[in-house]
Amino acid sequence: MRKLEEMNTSALPTALAEIVDDFQAVTEPERLQLLLEFSRELPELPDRLKDHPELMEQVVECQSPLYLTIETEQSDGGTADAVRLFFKAPPEAPTTRGFAGVLHEGLDGLSPAEILSVPDDMPELLGLTRAITPLRMRGMTAMLGRIKRKVAALPQQP
Amino acid sequence: MPYPVEQNEKFAAYAHPERLVSTEWLAAAIDSGALNDGKLVVVESDEDVLLYEIGHIPGAVKIDWHTDLNDEVTRDYVDGAAFAVLAAAKGISRDSTVVIYGDKSNWWAAYALWVFELFGHEDVRLLDGGRDKWTAEGRALTTDKPAITPGVYPVVERNDAPIRAFKEDVLAHFGKPLIDVRSTEEYTGQRTHMPAYPEEGALRGGHIPTAASIPWARAAAEDGTYRTRPELEALYLGEAGLKEDDDVVAYCRIGERSSHTWFALKYLLGFDSVRNYDGSWTEWGNAVRVPIVKGAERGTVPAAR
Repeated sequence: MRKLEEMNTSALPTALAEIVDDFQAVTEPERLQLLLEFSRELPELPDRLKDHPELMEQVVECQSPLYLTIETEQSDGGTADAVRLFFKAPPEAPTTRGFAGVLHEGLDGLSPAEILSVPDDMPELLGLTRAITPLRMRGMTAMLGRIKRKVAALPQQP
Repeated sequence: MPYPVEQNEKFAAYAHPERLVSTEWLAAAIDSGALNDGKLVVVESDEDVLLYEIGHIPGAVKIDWHTDLNDEVTRDYVDGAAFAVLAAAKGISRDSTVVIYGDKSNWWAAYALWVFELFGHEDVRLLDGGRDKWTAEGRALTTDKPAITPGVYPVVERNDAPIRAFKEDVLAHFGKPLIDVRSTEEYTGQRTHMPAYPEEGALRGGHIPTAASIPWARAAAEDGTYRTRPELEALYLGEAGLKEDDDVVAYCRIGERSSHTWFALKYLLGFDSVRNYDGSWTEWGNAVRVPIVKGAERGTVPAAR
C-alpha cells in the first residue's frame, strides 16, 4: 500500500508531492486541520482581477462559488515559462478555499508541461475522501481539470 | 425538563412556536450560562465540512450531515446505537433541549433536526435565520473547542414512518398532495440537477406527477429566517392548494432542502402528517418504471398498473 502511494507522489511536481506527503503523514482529523490551513493561506487576488470578475471563470462543480483564471509569464524566447494561478472563493467556503490553496501552492509558477502531467485523480491522494465525502472531493477534481484544460488551450508558441 | 420556550409575536402566530428560537434568545441563553449543565446544547450543522472550524457560536458542537448522520454502506441514517454514541459524545442527553443552526438558511440544520426527530428526540429547535443571521448581526464566534461533558443517551430505535416517506410510500400517496421544493428548472426537467451541483444528477428531468412546485427558498426571508405565518399560508395553502388536515409529502434532490419545507409545514403551519421523501429526485429520477411529468404543469395521477 505504502509503495503505491510513493509511486503516485513521485510522478507529481515537487511542491505538490510534498503537500501530498504532508497529508498522507497525518491522521484524518489532522488532514482536515491541514486543509483549513491551506484555506487561510490562499492569496488575495491582485487588484486587476479583483475589479474584473469577468476575467475569471466559475467552476460550477464546486458546492460554493469558486472562480479561477491562469496567466502566463514568458521567457525571452517567447514561450510560456510559468503558469500563474488565481483563485477566488468566499471565506464562508473553507473547504473549497482549502482545495484552491493546495492547488495554488502545489502548481503556481510551474511550466505548462508540468501542470499537464499531474494525474487527474491527484486529489484522491490527499486521503480526505472519507472525511470530506466523495461528493465534496469532486469539486477539487473539477478545479484541477479546469486548470489543465485552460493550460492545454494556451496558444502554442513557435 | 425542557428549556423555557421563547415568546415573541412572530413565533406566537406559528402552530408550534416552541420549535424556533431567535438569535437574541440564543445569545441571552448562552450569556446566562445555559450551556453549562447540558440542559441546552447548541449544534452547528453545515454543508461545508470546515465551516464550523473557522468560527462557531461559543459552546456549539458540530454534527456533520454526511459523516455523522449517514450510514455510508446502507444509504440510510445511522441506527439507534450509533445515534446514542453520537449524541452522548456531543454532550446531548435524552432530555436536553437541542438548538440547531447552520449555513445556507439552515438547509442542513433542518435536515439534522429531522434526523433527531426520527429518533424521537423531544425538544429540538431551529435557530431562526441560522449561521448567516448570527454572523450578520456581528454576534460572537469562536474557534475554541467546547468543553463537552458526555451526555447520557439511550439506544432508541428509529421510527421512520411518521415523518419519512420511501419511494413505495410516494407511489401509494398519489391522489394526495406532493410539494416539490427544487428550482423551477429542475421541476420542469430543463435541468437534472441543481445549479452548481451537477454531480448529483439524475437520468431524467422532471417532477413526480401532481407535485406542486414551491422552491424551498420562498419559505425564507432575505435574512434567512422563516417567513411569517400569513406569508407561509399564502404560499402553501394559497399557491400550492394544501388544505387543513392534508397528508403531505415533500421532496427535493437528496432530502435536505425539503427538510426546510417539511419543518415549515409541520411546525409553522401545523400539518399533522408531513413526510420528507429523502430518496427524492436522485432516486425517483433514476428509478426504473416510475412515472414522471415534464414541463411546468403538475400533471395527473398516473393510471394504476
